[in-house]
Amino acid sequence: MSFSWMAWTWPTAAFFGTIFLLLCGMAVWEYASPGGNPRIGVLRFETTRGDRLFLSLLGSAFIHLAWLGLVGPNLWWALALSVVYAIGVFRYV
Amino acid sequence: MERTWNNKAWFMVLPVLLLVAFSAIIPLMTVVNYSVQDTFGNNVFFWAGSEWFEEILHSDRFWEAMGRNLVFSAIILIIEIPLGIFIALNMPKKGWGVPVCLVLMALPLLIPWNVVGTIWQVFGRVDIGLLGYTLRALGFNYNYVNDPFDAWVTVIVMDVWHWTSLVVLLCYAGLVSIPDAYYQAAKIDGASRWAIFRYIQLPKMNRVLLIAVLLRFMDSFMIYTEPFVVTGGGPGNTTTFLSIDLVKLAIGEFNLGEAAAMSIVYFLIIMLLSWVFYTVMTAYDAER
Repeated sequence: MSFSWMAWTWPTAAFFGTIFLLLCGMAVWEYASPGGNPRIGVLRFETTRGDRLFLSLLGSAFIHLAWLGLVGPNLWWALALSVVYAIGVFRYV
Repeated sequence: MERTWNNKAWFMVLPVLLLVAFSAIIPLMTVVNYSVQDTFGNNVFFWAGSEWFEEILHSDRFWEAMGRNLVFSAIILIIEIPLGIFIALNMPKKGWGVPVCLVLMALPLLIPWNVVGTIWQVFGRVDIGLLGYTLRALGFNYNYVNDPFDAWVTVIVMDVWHWTSLVVLLCYAGLVSIPDAYYQAAKIDGASRWAIFRYIQLPKMNRVLLIAVLLRFMDSFMIYTEPFVVTGGGPGNTTTFLSIDLVKLAIGEFNLGEAAAMSIVYFLIIMLLSWVFYTVMTAYDAER
């Protein structure tokens, strides 16, 4: 079976691989500490760690888009900013 | 009580996971792959990196279509939600009128989108359409083919006609689930009609309203078929919404890379707005 129509490249494979590993990591975390660790953070409503991962990924996507639109195509700084943002979300949201 | 964990239950979701994988996840992955490449056909792709995203983010055409979409969704929600609640409140709760009203309300929802577009395209024509001809006869200079305002009014009225029923049916389901004891207590307390609505009916409809707002927002933000059939995105580009522009880009211009980048930005915006709607409404519900 050929998957050439999906036009895979190494960067996109690495991107999806990272998301897959993140989901596996979340599953292991949930297994080790069940219940999703719900808490009320700075947003003043309850979030579980799944919500925090969703917010981190969605926010990171917008950080990258904003960087592309406002600064330029060098996305390493956007990636660094996204990591800082994700740490902030997992710590305070 | 001790909670029972049965991990075998995960196997029950496998069929759905497979279905979602083939209908949503794999196509989405392909779109991501296309968005960073360029192609001239024959399944040959060239690496383009973030170029298409830059092009989209700096494109007036994209932001204008986005603006139209946001305005359209806002107008749709402002009209359909209160109108749906109003109709549901005035529908009979018992007797022969219930099935009649339910069937009448369900009828527009049963009509396929392209058929709705065709109905309104003919309905609005000034030469043979009942609406267009009547408006002309009454002295209005109505013509949805040439006039952007008329085109917008036609598309909005068509959507209201097609989808308000969904809001009505959802609200009605919420209303009939309210026990009579609530109304009797309100009657004893001498509550006004407004007080009954504000403190009994609206809170009980809150959850179904959340679903109604989410469904109507997502649907209206992704609207394609009806305006495409009626106006084709015109006159000019005045009713070209994001989905119409996307199809023009992907199929009309065979610009798969740019169209894929646009799809991803479009998808992220829908996801963000839906999350905001959902969070605000569930947080409000939990507060009460």
